[in-house]
Amino acid sequence: MKVRAQFAFVFNLDKCIGCHTCSVTCKNVWSNRKGVEYAWFNNVESKPGIGYPKQWENQEIWKGGWELKNGKIQLKSGSKLDRLLNIFANPDMPEIDDYYEPFTFDYAHLQNAPLLEAAPTARPRSLLDGTRMEKISWGPNWEDDLAGESAKRSVDKNMDDIDREMYAQFENTFHMYLPRICNHCLNPSCVAACPSGSIYKREEDGIVLVDQDKCRGWRMCVSSCPYKKVFYNWESGKAEKCIGCYPRVESGMPTVCSESCVGRIRYNGIMLYDADKIEAMASMSDVQDLYQAQLDIFLDPNDPEVIRQARLDGVPEDWIIAAQKSPIYKMAIDWKIAFPMHPEFRTLPMVWYVPPLSPVQSQIDQGNLPVGPDGAIPRGDTMRLPVKYLANLLTAGKEAPIRSALNRLIAMRSYQRSVHVEGKADLRALETAGISEDQAKDMYRYLAIANYEDRFVIPTGHAEVSLEDFYSFQGQNGFTFGNDSSAGISPNSLFPERRKQTVDSLAPAPSADERP
Amino acid sequence: MDLHKLIFEVYPYVALTVFLLGSWIRFDTEQYTWKSDSSQLLSKKYMRVASNFFHLGIIAIFFGHLVGLLTPHAIFSGLSVSDMAHQWLAISAGAVFGTLCLLGGATLWLRRMLNTRVRAASRWMDINILGWLMITLMLGLSTLPVSIMHANEGNAITMIALAEWAQSIVYLRPNSDLLLHISLVYKIHVFCGMSVFLFFPFTRLVHVWSVPLGYLGRAYQIVRAKRVRV
Repeated sequence: MKVRAQFAFVFNLDKCIGCHTCSVTCKNVWSNRKGVEYAWFNNVESKPGIGYPKQWENQEIWKGGWELKNGKIQLKSGSKLDRLLNIFANPDMPEIDDYYEPFTFDYAHLQNAPLLEAAPTARPRSLLDGTRMEKISWGPNWEDDLAGESAKRSVDKNMDDIDREMYAQFENTFHMYLPRICNHCLNPSCVAACPSGSIYKREEDGIVLVDQDKCRGWRMCVSSCPYKKVFYNWESGKAEKCIGCYPRVESGMPTVCSESCVGRIRYNGIMLYDADKIEAMASMSDVQDLYQAQLDIFLDPNDPEVIRQARLDGVPEDWIIAAQKSPIYKMAIDWKIAFPMHPEFRTLPMVWYVPPLSPVQSQIDQGNLPVGPDGAIPRGDTMRLPVKYLANLLTAGKEAPIRSALNRLIAMRSYQRSVHVEGKADLRALETAGISEDQAKDMYRYLAIANYEDRFVIPTGHAEVSLEDFYSFQGQNGFTFGNDSSAGISPNSLFPERRKQTVDSLAPAPSADERP
Repeated sequence: MDLHKLIFEVYPYVALTVFLLGSWIRFDTEQYTWKSDSSQLLSKKYMRVASNFFHLGIIAIFFGHLVGLLTPHAIFSGLSVSDMAHQWLAISAGAVFGTLCLLGGATLWLRRMLNTRVRAASRWMDINILGWLMITLMLGLSTLPVSIMHANEGNAITMIALAEWAQSIVYLRPNSDLLLHISLVYKIHVFCGMSVFLFFPFTRLVHVWSVPLGYLGRAYQIVRAKRVRV
């Protein structure tokens, strides 16, 4: 047993309202620079839909993640030799139009235009080459709230074994939001695919980072990440990705996307796991066993043997305590209501999702739905969202765990309803769903109330063990366009010039005192 | 000192010194700029054929020159490779890989000039260095008729002179007299080729140093520990 700590997430999809506050805060903090205008380290998709970039889940196209070959896992894109032979032109690399062409608008024209009969307009312009775009035809969230035709959206890989025709009917349509960030996988395929070895997993918290100085721009990580969450900065020529807001996390703060989530759907916490088991567990022959396999990698932070080994392996004391209080552990292991996304990619992702409930309110009101023992709240498999769809997304198609989780979420509501409406605790639904009254109370506290200190249990980083001189390190974090962490910085260089760090304003508006 | 001496006795050392020291300094102080600078994200079209042709061609040509020019004559004799066999091998390999490289490189250069996205993301050095490589390559290809003529006459004097000159540079006994009587086209080709080394540290070519062969022997996963004291 080798105990390692992992900084992990749970997103409670039941409460996601698709407001994109997470995406916008993340973009403002981390990817508002030239070359990554198109990159959203955090994005929110409307499902069913093909998503961002187009059809990212379809690994027949992108060859992301791992596959089992003769009982051993290998990158789906091929062997190491195969990768090197394709290094001059990566055949699986997405093109920028698979994301979207980044654009801005000629805002200055609104102020610079001469007096006209018609109001002036700000027309779009490409941020890639500065040319006029007559029409914007795709964006990072083009299918927002089921926009567009069902035929195009239902190309969604998760719909493969679902009757697309039936769910194209208006009365059968279903919809959910899917916020996505880098999964900081336990078995990351981006790390495995990097020829120069610049991507790595941090030992202390498992955050996956790209060493910007060591990245040579071979682009293998971009195609090998099955979630398409490593981006190529076309300006700097380097790979960039979600950094798990490590400068914040090291200070005990939640990630920006989690902190700013208005729906309080995001949870950050620590999980202890057995690093010796990673390869065996990622190599399960049946993809439907991968969810259970990942559960088996996690260690019980209250087990004295685990604690003893964790201390030996250098996990700090406050991290063990944080693991014991982890909201992630409660949802993933204790209550089994959170699931990894697409475990069949075999990367052992560490952003887990609570599946959304989607009751058909009008049907409930008319009494048309079969209800649970309390006679008021409908059963899990009568929801608008097909369980099969959620299973394809979260458990490689295995429906039983999803059904159980939905029933537990409903049972918790049923129990709370009995307490608050009937004035008397009704435990029948809880018994059917297999949870205790205390668990139901805890679930209510974590899911419904979701206090800040319950959602975010983040131990601070231990700079005193990682740095010789940690005072001098202050103020050095973050992305820049230079070797700011190295010595000998000069604005004048013989080598290729560094260019503007921010997007150029194409036609600046006049300042206030210049205006007529 | 006459121009001939300057170009074939001094310039090689200037180029090699800049090549080695420049690469070292850039790697040391500007590693963030050390990259292949791929534009594949912006446009995939033609990349699969053009980039592979170009790279395969130029790698073969580089090693062809390296082995062909720097292997001491005695070793070729020892391996009983006759001068004529050597010359015909050089001619045919050069023709095949040179053409491959030219097809790929020219396509890449046109793509860089004509694709508005790639053009907008190009630095002037990106365009220039590819253009320079193509000029050098075309000069190299245009030495072929002369070499074929020599080979048909059974005359390996030029080839041997070029090899001896290259070796005289490496052994720090520069002797430009060896090149006094060869055709002008060889001299221009050699000059352009040496200039590639001079430009090398200031261009994206530095990614050549980082050819990631180590990947083949590496474990899949990389975990970095940040502990200096535990």
